[in-house]
Amino acid sequence: MTLLEVENLAVHFGGIKAVDGVSFGVDKGEIFTIIGPNGAGKSTIFNLVSRIYEPTSGRIRFEGKDITQVPPHRVAGLGIARTFQNIELFDMATVLDNMMLGRHAHRRTGMLSHLFFGPRTRAEELAHRRKVEEVIDFLDLQHYRDQMIANLPYGVRKVVELGRALCTEPKILLLDEPSSGLNVEETEDMSFWISDIKNILGITVVMVEHDMNLVNEVSDRVLALNYGRVIATGTPAEVQAHPEVIRAYLGGDETEAA
Amino acid sequence: MRFLFKTDYAQDTRLFPFGGTRRFWAGLALYAAILVALAHYAPVALNATHWLGVAIVYAVLFGAVLLRQNADGEGGNAAFWYGLLGVGALSAPFVLDLYFLSQITFVYVYAIAGVGLILLLGMCGQISLGHAAFMACGAYTAGLLQAQGFDLLVTLPAAILLSAALGVVIGLPALRMTGIYLAFATYAFAFIVEEVLARWDGLTGGNMGFVLSDPSILGYSFDSEQKMYYLAMALFVLTLLAGLNIRRSSTGRAFMAIRDSETAAEAMGVNLAVYKTTAFAISAGMAGLAGAVYAHLLFFISPEGFTIFLSINLLVLAVIGGLASMHGAVFGAAFIVVLPQLISLTKDSLPPVVGQLPGLESGIFGLVIVLFVIFEPMGIHGRWMKIKTYFQLFPLYKRGTFKRQKSYMVSEKNR
Repeated sequence: MTLLEVENLAVHFGGIKAVDGVSFGVDKGEIFTIIGPNGAGKSTIFNLVSRIYEPTSGRIRFEGKDITQVPPHRVAGLGIARTFQNIELFDMATVLDNMMLGRHAHRRTGMLSHLFFGPRTRAEELAHRRKVEEVIDFLDLQHYRDQMIANLPYGVRKVVELGRALCTEPKILLLDEPSSGLNVEETEDMSFWISDIKNILGITVVMVEHDMNLVNEVSDRVLALNYGRVIATGTPAEVQAHPEVIRAYLGGDETEAA
Repeated sequence: MRFLFKTDYAQDTRLFPFGGTRRFWAGLALYAAILVALAHYAPVALNATHWLGVAIVYAVLFGAVLLRQNADGEGGNAAFWYGLLGVGALSAPFVLDLYFLSQITFVYVYAIAGVGLILLLGMCGQISLGHAAFMACGAYTAGLLQAQGFDLLVTLPAAILLSAALGVVIGLPALRMTGIYLAFATYAFAFIVEEVLARWDGLTGGNMGFVLSDPSILGYSFDSEQKMYYLAMALFVLTLLAGLNIRRSSTGRAFMAIRDSETAAEAMGVNLAVYKTTAFAISAGMAGLAGAVYAHLLFFISPEGFTIFLSINLLVLAVIGGLASMHGAVFGAAFIVVLPQLISLTKDSLPPVVGQLPGLESGIFGLVIVLFVIFEPMGIHGRWMKIKTYFQLFPLYKRGTFKRQKSYMVSEKNR
């Protein structure tokens, strides 16, 4: 069953066609990886799906519903969570507060009741807190619970950001370069977590990734992108063997390519 | 500090750093009842020394109870110190003379506005140079409604709501502006409000201002300094509780999210427009409440009382007090009440060339801000935390304890 469907998606910034007519579908329960050289438009696709950018043309469908016009702050509530390439955490807040923000889309009490913090608000806070603790246990973040993000090492921040996305209880998780800036050991941990997210939590994962080891280890399907266009789709092995992909990464005779 | 294991999620949503708050409040309520009983039914008139004795005896008993219950609890002796502070605050009108009492009352009033500004600037990251306008709105609303014969039960909520509505209007530019541009937009708005108050003679009395009478609730008139002190204190405590409740709820977290990364906040489902205007509304409502009490304390209001200088004073309050915590509101309020008094006290003993300089006060204020921003960006509260930590960790405290690492790159592209 197709969970996320992107159809002829395009965004132009002035004369630059960052994404130029991309179509793909992500099935429920798979790990779908987007690869491509720098500037190919990978992160732009994420920003389009999470509605930060306005597409020039094309359709995005999630669970069969068209979400091309949904405002960006509603996307999380639909069940689409994401991480960012350069980590967008709330630096001056604790790990706990960051993760609790992941629960924002699930709040049921109004702002007025927060002024008084009545029994309903309290019960809701505790329920959120319990959910957050599950994620903290899942990602082994117990040590860092009360620390401010600004004081954490890069690798831990990466995990906290993953945790914050998980706290929204997403149906689909968009990971923008989950291994960038991580050392070998941390990358291995990340690859286990991504598999666990799929196998244990049953969350569909779409990721942008450069580390081919990680891609081969966890991905079910891979899409290769260059200059805003799809050049290949298939299993990791198929895509890596594809002549267009090799040419995009290693360069090649331009006339031959055309 | 808490470590790896926890027994209770309620710890994280707790309002105070200590447990057993029920006993804490009950103890303070009991003390208030004792004070009322003594004031009305004591066989002989009590003087300040007697009241001081009562306060000390009660503080010792109450303090012992709090220390005992908290012996194995978390938060150290916070309950004990807050308990002493509460007893002291309740005893003040019986012990202190009127001058000091009225100064403390002003500290409460500024602290009410300070809580609002810390919510807006410290938590939500939105600057405002327009808070004098909100205070003016609250002051005039309360004053004009009182002239129509309404009591505080009507005038205070009206002042809060009207100021909050004004806050939404001023908050609208915040949706598109940040930093210095927002400061200018709010400043312009405050200037408009000031002009309107000065020009609309028919309603506001123009530049002549107008005089208020003693406020009252259901016929009970707050006709003495002592009663006004308790009124201001009660309103301050309520404002503080509201601010702390916001802080620990999802609304407060959404504010912090907007401050630290708008992109990520939106990705987490925070509606930027709604939360930014809400932050302005709540902050303005609190400033409006402060303005209403301020008007009743001064008995006289005119546009001159609500100029840009008041806005800057409030900003000084928040920055010097410390934006990171609600404690900052009290520290900052105490600072802006005490510093002008100190300046005017020392003015006469200085050589006339310096002492009679025009703008001496603003100059010193400016200098203090600059020094704080350079040497103690966390404000008085930050300094206090450092001193406390120094003694807690003694002799292990290192100068780098509070030094933050350079932040990693944050992407600017989605902003």
